[in-house]
Amino acid sequence: MSTDVKTIPQAEHVAPDGVKLPVYMDNHATTPMDPRVLEEMLPYFMEKFGNAASRNHSFGWAGEEGVETARERVAKLVGATTKEIIFTSGATESDNLAIKGVAEMYREKGNHIITTVTEHKAVLDTCKRLEKNGYRVTYMPVQKDGLVDLEDLKRAMDDKTILVSIMWANNEIGVLQPVAEIGKLCRERGIIFHTDATQAVGKIPVDVNKNNIDVMSISAHKMYGPKGVGALYVRRKNPRVQISAIIDGGGHERGMRSGTLNVPGIVGLGKACAIAFEEMAKESCYLAGLRNRLRDKIMGGLDEVYINGSWEHRLPGNLNISFAYVEGESLLMGINDIAVSSGSACTSATLEPSYVLKALGTGDDLAHSSIRFGLGRFNTEAEVDYVADRVVETVSRLRELSPLYEMAKEGVDLKSVKWAAE
Amino acid sequence: MAYSDKVLDHYSNPRNVGSMDKNSSEVGTGLVGAPECGDVMKLQIKVNPQTNIIEDAKFKTFGCGSAIASSSLATEWVKGKTVDEALQIKNTEIVKELSLPPVKIHCSVLAEDAIRAAIHDWKKKQDVAKPAAVAAQ
Repeated sequence: MSTDVKTIPQAEHVAPDGVKLPVYMDNHATTPMDPRVLEEMLPYFMEKFGNAASRNHSFGWAGEEGVETARERVAKLVGATTKEIIFTSGATESDNLAIKGVAEMYREKGNHIITTVTEHKAVLDTCKRLEKNGYRVTYMPVQKDGLVDLEDLKRAMDDKTILVSIMWANNEIGVLQPVAEIGKLCRERGIIFHTDATQAVGKIPVDVNKNNIDVMSISAHKMYGPKGVGALYVRRKNPRVQISAIIDGGGHERGMRSGTLNVPGIVGLGKACAIAFEEMAKESCYLAGLRNRLRDKIMGGLDEVYINGSWEHRLPGNLNISFAYVEGESLLMGINDIAVSSGSACTSATLEPSYVLKALGTGDDLAHSSIRFGLGRFNTEAEVDYVADRVVETVSRLRELSPLYEMAKEGVDLKSVKWAAE
Repeated sequence: MAYSDKVLDHYSNPRNVGSMDKNSSEVGTGLVGAPECGDVMKLQIKVNPQTNIIEDAKFKTFGCGSAIASSSLATEWVKGKTVDEALQIKNTEIVKELSLPPVKIHCSVLAEDAIRAAIHDWKKKQDVAKPAAVAAQ
């Protein structure tokens, strides 16, 4: 008695009308630039090439004007004043400057820093380095939905705590932390609150005052701007926050970040912020609609599919799903005309599955089976339909191949199996 | 990561996918790997008790494309061989045939393990089924 499975060979796929292959749906990794951003940047490469720090000729003034317009636009998007915006090379530098800068400046006040285990590596590895230099770091766990427990946070704070660094929106699961409440707890205790808002700014309303933010990292390329440019918001009033520079030099950016300004990049960041300010409300509805459509179509076509992280507190363009009994990399191979990310170990350099999913208590098996869909401004409904169809078809095909799916269907409890792992 | 054409071919058109009755005395089943590690292979062989020749082989694999390709290839290679010949199959031959990169060598090791586990299971059944016959030889 042998059962042959008619495994559907992988078909050649023809893009339906209006869908250009490959489909890009990895907008948390980076976004394509908005053509309006490029248009704004172009003059600053050739005609307006001046150094924004050149004070005594018109070339310098043109550069400075571009930078200051951008500063106003960034400040306006996040409810800050222009003097509170420092331009950097991107969010990784901003995170480093925020954490190392605060740690050094407030060293006499204390040496304790609190962060969470689901932060971006730019925050986690910066904290690890500080630990080697005599700082004490608490890496808080998160709850099953990815959110921090505010009571845990309160308990972690002590009289040596100088900084809390908790991201606004997670880059893998899109979960939004309760930053306003976190900021309030910090403010009450005189602790500085830094948030890595790389994935949040330009996607959801961000107001540094309403949300009690003291220091905030911003990136251009996650919101349809150019790569290699970002900003750091540093509060000037109530309370005034000071940070030590980590790059020494000509004293640019109020002494906090030396180095000739990347004028075209900064102009691009400014334009990206201006567009987001105008279009965010409409765009977030559009993205949530596409994202929900993708979820409904995938979940309508497959059983045993699990959404990772809180559904309620989530970026509008994020969908992170685990497909039980199917390994992530083989799934990506099957949908190779779609650009997405997987939490599978096989797609990472470390051969470890996503530390973010593991922190939610997701089993390694489901972490290996996860796909992150990041929807963005230029995705269409036709693309969502195509992606959903391809995912359902590929997961079904791989489940026919999966001994785990077969065992589960036979009623075997996979957790009780003694696996002959090497 | 770039996949070799042979990996892509096995992934897109896997050979010998399916299951056989694991309770049959002619069938040996090997189940190796673990879900937490991202790879589980089930490889089954059906052996002719007179000739010891593997007449059929089936597999199912949870794992990356290279794991699927390694086990698909393993079923092709064991078919028509005697169990002793099949035990000679080395993971390095699988690596060579599929041009697996260093990070995927464990997939070939798992496929070799699966072949051995299936043969071991079949041999155990033979010992139980006809101890007298074995003794008489």
